[in-house]
Amino acid sequence: MTENAHLETDGLAVDHHFENADQQYQSAKLGMWVFLATEILFFGGLFVAYSVYRLNHPEVFIFGHHFLDKSLGALNTVILICSSLTAAWAVRAAQLKQIRMLKGMLLLTMLFAFGFLGVKAVEYNSKWKHGLLWAREYHPHVDHEEASEILITKEDFETGAEEGVVEDVTALQKVGDGVLAETETVLIEEAPAAAPAAEANRSTIAPAAEGPPGLATQGTEESSEKVIEVEPANAQTFFSIYFLMTGLHGIHVLGGIGAFMWLYLSARRGYFSTGHFTRVDMVALYWHVVDLIWIYLFLLLYLIE
Amino acid sequence: MTDATTVLTGDGQPAGPGPRDSYLNHGKGVLSWLFTLDHKRIGIMYLAVILASFFLGGVFAMFIRTELLTPGQTIMTADTYNKMFTLHGAVMIFLFIIPGIPATLGNFVLPLMLGAKDVALPRLNLASFWLWLIGASVAVASIIIGAVDTGWTFYTPYSTTTGTAVVAMTLGAFILGFSSIFTGLNFIVTIHKMRPEGMTWFRMPLFLWGIYSTAIIQVLATPVLGITLLLLIAERTLGVGIFDPALGGDPVLYQHFFWFYSHPAVYIMILPAMAIMSEVISVFSGKHIFGYRFIAWSSIAIALLSFLVWGHHMFTSGQSSLTNMIFSALTFSVAIPSAVKVFNWLATMYKGSIRLAAPMLYALSFLFLFAIGGLTGLFLGSLSTDIHLHDTYFVVAHFHYVMFGGTVIAFLAGIHYWWPKIFGRMYSERWAQVSALLIFVGFNLTFFTQFVMGSHGMPRRYYNYLERFTAYHQASTVGSFILMIGFLIMAGYLLHSLVRGERAPANPWGGATLEWETASPPPYFNFEHEMQAGDPYDLDALSWDPSIKGYVRRDPSSVLAAPRGAD
Repeated sequence: MTENAHLETDGLAVDHHFENADQQYQSAKLGMWVFLATEILFFGGLFVAYSVYRLNHPEVFIFGHHFLDKSLGALNTVILICSSLTAAWAVRAAQLKQIRMLKGMLLLTMLFAFGFLGVKAVEYNSKWKHGLLWAREYHPHVDHEEASEILITKEDFETGAEEGVVEDVTALQKVGDGVLAETETVLIEEAPAAAPAAEANRSTIAPAAEGPPGLATQGTEESSEKVIEVEPANAQTFFSIYFLMTGLHGIHVLGGIGAFMWLYLSARRGYFSTGHFTRVDMVALYWHVVDLIWIYLFLLLYLIE
Repeated sequence: MTDATTVLTGDGQPAGPGPRDSYLNHGKGVLSWLFTLDHKRIGIMYLAVILASFFLGGVFAMFIRTELLTPGQTIMTADTYNKMFTLHGAVMIFLFIIPGIPATLGNFVLPLMLGAKDVALPRLNLASFWLWLIGASVAVASIIIGAVDTGWTFYTPYSTTTGTAVVAMTLGAFILGFSSIFTGLNFIVTIHKMRPEGMTWFRMPLFLWGIYSTAIIQVLATPVLGITLLLLIAERTLGVGIFDPALGGDPVLYQHFFWFYSHPAVYIMILPAMAIMSEVISVFSGKHIFGYRFIAWSSIAIALLSFLVWGHHMFTSGQSSLTNMIFSALTFSVAIPSAVKVFNWLATMYKGSIRLAAPMLYALSFLFLFAIGGLTGLFLGSLSTDIHLHDTYFVVAHFHYVMFGGTVIAFLAGIHYWWPKIFGRMYSERWAQVSALLIFVGFNLTFFTQFVMGSHGMPRRYYNYLERFTAYHQASTVGSFILMIGFLIMAGYLLHSLVRGERAPANPWGGATLEWETASPPPYFNFEHEMQAGDPYDLDALSWDPSIKGYVRRDPSSVLAAPRGAD
């Protein structure tokens, strides 16, 4: 085992292989930034998958996002931004050796993080109830008696074009008791140029094997008089991407909670009384990135148009 | 792996005049190794487990070659054969060659070259090793629970439908990826923050430039492999329909994701090899390296270009011909920095006083084999010839000429070059030359025949073959046996040197980089004094001292840092 010969430089403990506290701090900071770059690239794969599928099948995303709860998403965005503030405050407190303030801010940050996960759990739960899950488990209950209710008529699109916003309240409120019902007001800002459409009497999702999904939805021009069923082919892809992205993000939030817990316990042991704030700084940096990724997720998944 | 380490600790007692403190005898017992934060011990542990993986992958290779001695069944069924070539590929790539040079020699030598006491983040270094152990265990566990028969590339949709243990193998590779990221991250930080006085970026030894470029790729490409494998696992376990066409996914997207990592990954493998070459060629030619800045920049150029060529693995996947042309042109451009390096090495040797010691023999092998491997890459990067050569043994031969003829041979050059520094013992030069020769001959016999049969249309990964390929396959198999004998001899004399080898001087070869300024094996804290760096290739600053059978600096004070003032 290494004896970590702790030398006193500027009042801070320095590991044996560093010359001074500044070099140690700068190394930690560079390491953290490089790690955060890898995190961005890790999520990058999912963002690329999102872009590829959204570019090829925009109708899937426009359809799918109606089922996400914008208000809860916005609430979570606010929660995370507040938690970033408290995390940054914790760094300042550690720098100023304000241990009480530091502990308070760490607790508050964890509280926000749990709040975020709580809201997320509510959202996941309502998706679960309605079978709006990833591809293999995608069995929307709205398919049966409610299916006929989730209709956006040609008329809706026309009024939408005129008024800019149409609240199709009838659509999903009848879905039932879930959280979905309170908020799933289908907003259509301007009629989509290529209105999502599908074969008239389709009740299940066409397997991709039937042909390129992009083509399957075409050829409904003559049915403009008829009611257009909204669900496009491969709607499940949206929910797969939704669960993958928010799920991976959620795991990172859990990791963040663990890290803040570790900081809190260190603070209680008096570790930060020496003015050693590097750890708080690093965890806060990580937390800001987790926050930032969520903001992109909110924009890309909830606020599509 | 543990047995190898205990052998070393047992041997670490210097029998000479009084026990000198070295990293080998500083702390005893298995735990003092497994939980060490010392970069040198972590490097040794990596060396032990990585050579074990090389052995395992080699055993799979011998099974493959033996099976291919005759058409039809020779020693195993077709299903077993599919698993064998998958395991050979996966073990060699993910367990051996990717961590290979950076985690072993890089870990050991990099801080020494910087005159530093350790890497910047020693705990992360240990975590990286443990992640390697966990990842490797999970990957090897997949062999027990049914192995994998997809090929090491895990292409969808087959990998999402086969009944074999794809999840365990890919989970292992996922964890190994994090090990690789942590190693790279650590080296980036160490090189940025811990260079000694006098070592500007362009006075770093070229080994560090190579390792630095590698680390950039490790850090930027590996996370993409991570998410790709995670998506593949999610595809198999949950059915997320990103890659599975039956659920609306796109299997070619998997190929794009996979090669976005795995093409840069071949530069993770070759750049450290080139890094070793720059050191060995200069020292054994007795000449200052030629074209220092060109070699340094070409490493960075290769690292950046490596991210732009992944599509050349998919010329036959139905990509648009415009895309194919762009990727083809970019692929050719990689030849430029690679050739810059080779020509600079040749110019370094020109009019040098070349010593044909074992490290130099491997370096010369490298030049010969890498030239063939690199140039055949251009055949495959050309759209028209690739249509003919795609998925034939020509690809297999090209890959092995670059990865084995390039990376493994340079790894061996590095092992022989730094062996005296690492263990403080010399190996038998005569046996080293015998095995270098056997490996060179065996390698060419094994893989050159594969170029020929590939261009005649023998497809890769086939269990059975036409009668007219029999002679090539048999020559190739004989070559592989010669290779194996070469490696067994090497294992013999290296193990012998650990126990009986002559004590090594601090600087047996006359290298001017800082690692030769400390004792062999180095003391626990690496250096007795603060170091300062001069020109890493100023070989004239050293002279041979017959009394210690090593080189000494004419002016030892030139590398000692001036006592610090009130800093």
